Amino acid sequence: MSDLAKQQIAALEIEGLSFSYAGKKALDQVSFSVNPAECTILLGPNGAGKSTLFSLITRLYDSHHGKINLCGFDVKQQTRQALSSLGVVFQQTTLDLDLTVMQNLHYHTALHGLNKKHANMRIQEELERLNMYDRRKEKVRLLNGGHKRRVEIARALLHKPALLLLDEPTIGLDVPSRQSIVEHVHLLVKEHGLSVLWATHLIDEIDSGDQVIVLYKGQIKYKGSVQGLLTVTDTASINQGFKKLTQGVEVL
Amino acid sequence: MNMLHYWRAMWGIIGRELWRFVRQKERFVSALVRPLVWLFIFAAGFRSTLGLAIIPPYETYILYEVYITPGLMAMIQLFNGMQSSLSMVYDREMGSMRILMVCPLPRWFLLLSKLIAGVSVSILQVYVFLLVAWAYGIEAPWQGYLYVLPALILAGAMLGALGLLLSSFIKQLENFAGVMNFVIFPMFFMSTALYPLWRMKESSAWLHYLASFNPFSQAVELIRFSFYGQFNQYAFIYTLSAFIVFMVIAVLGYNPSKGMMMKKGGR
Repeated sequence: MSDLAKQQIAALEIEGLSFSYAGKKALDQVSFSVNPAECTILLGPNGAGKSTLFSLITRLYDSHHGKINLCGFDVKQQTRQALSSLGVVFQQTTLDLDLTVMQNLHYHTALHGLNKKHANMRIQEELERLNMYDRRKEKVRLLNGGHKRRVEIARALLHKPALLLLDEPTIGLDVPSRQSIVEHVHLLVKEHGLSVLWATHLIDEIDSGDQVIVLYKGQIKYKGSVQGLLTVTDTASINQGFKKLTQGVEVL
Repeated sequence: MNMLHYWRAMWGIIGRELWRFVRQKERFVSALVRPLVWLFIFAAGFRSTLGLAIIPPYETYILYEVYITPGLMAMIQLFNGMQSSLSMVYDREMGSMRILMVCPLPRWFLLLSKLIAGVSVSILQVYVFLLVAWAYGIEAPWQGYLYVLPALILAGAMLGALGLLLSSFIKQLENFAGVMNFVIFPMFFMSTALYPLWRMKESSAWLHYLASFNPFSQAVELIRFSFYGQFNQYAFIYTLSAFIVFMVIAVLGYNPSKGMMMKKGGR
């Protein structure tokens, strides 16, 4: 059981969050929480507000309306404590292509203040878990898309965050690479008690045990279990339920 | 959160910048070729047409090449400052800036580290340039090579902070061409890098006025005087003040509740 679970603190808690760009609402009164050792899938079509939500959680943007707590820390008031419990994989690759895998990861451990010995140990652990340790001396530019993503996931976990944010991490990857990332993340949740918030629009990435949040035009249309989604929408599959919630399409 | 964390993060940022610089050989060569073209071609060509009176810190008549060397040192730093701001706009578009911004350290510290990293690279470039200039016959008293270091640190910091400030307001990479036209060229040409102030006064009063208020002029003078073992107090205070002003605006520019994102209309 993770520390958060013992203390009964949500890994992420969002309350009444709103944000607009030039008068146009991107998020409207969004409230939800991610519990410890839980994988929550944030499902929404393009433009639903997923990336805006991630930018607010990581404090790249600031909102005047609503509250975001990370592991019990207010993102605005206790930014540093909040951010230190967070690991992020952004939608675009954020690795330095001209540096090696190892150099990229060392840069991250330095930013998080890990000493060299501890950093090496953590890098080895995370890379081995993803079968990437043998490739640590290669330049990132030479890796394929799936392997780059693995390195980014390893990097996000080096400082042992309690919450992992993934912003459409499988975009542009082939099916086996996608599958291996989906499996790896679910394994981290089950075996290591990691909390995950995973933004996607790909329904096949959802596991039956995941929590689901459906975001559409900045509003939450559904939050709860996969089974609950099927019941509420009275549909037989997540795909149909998602369509019903986001497009108002009547499902036969 | 302890001091060690700050220390490691700063070294991480500086190390990354230096390593990238070493890896990008073209960048190194072009950073060196630019001032050398000015020195070998422009200055040599103008040697005969531009007569210079004896002005401090020089104690004798000097060749035009000698006069513009400090200006070229500052030019290296100006380009470097703008180039690192370009890389920040690029990093932001590509997302790697986000990795820096979500790490659990205050933003002003991260920006300052980025700045120190850029200044370190620019100082490295300046000394390589000075080595080539020395081989070409442009020499200063040997102490000058030491005395100029703190001046280069301050001048580099001021120009780097200007770059940071610009990067916080430039939304896209394409806008950077504008920086070239509206910042680098006016700053360089309206300064004492190529001609002394009194010369400008003779030809144009307003140009003289603009050049004397241009912080780049003061950075050039700070470098020029220290290269000859002298301390120009006015240039020092002016450059330091400009650095503080630019840095404060840059930090505000990167503040999530006041900065660039809010300028886009986010609430």
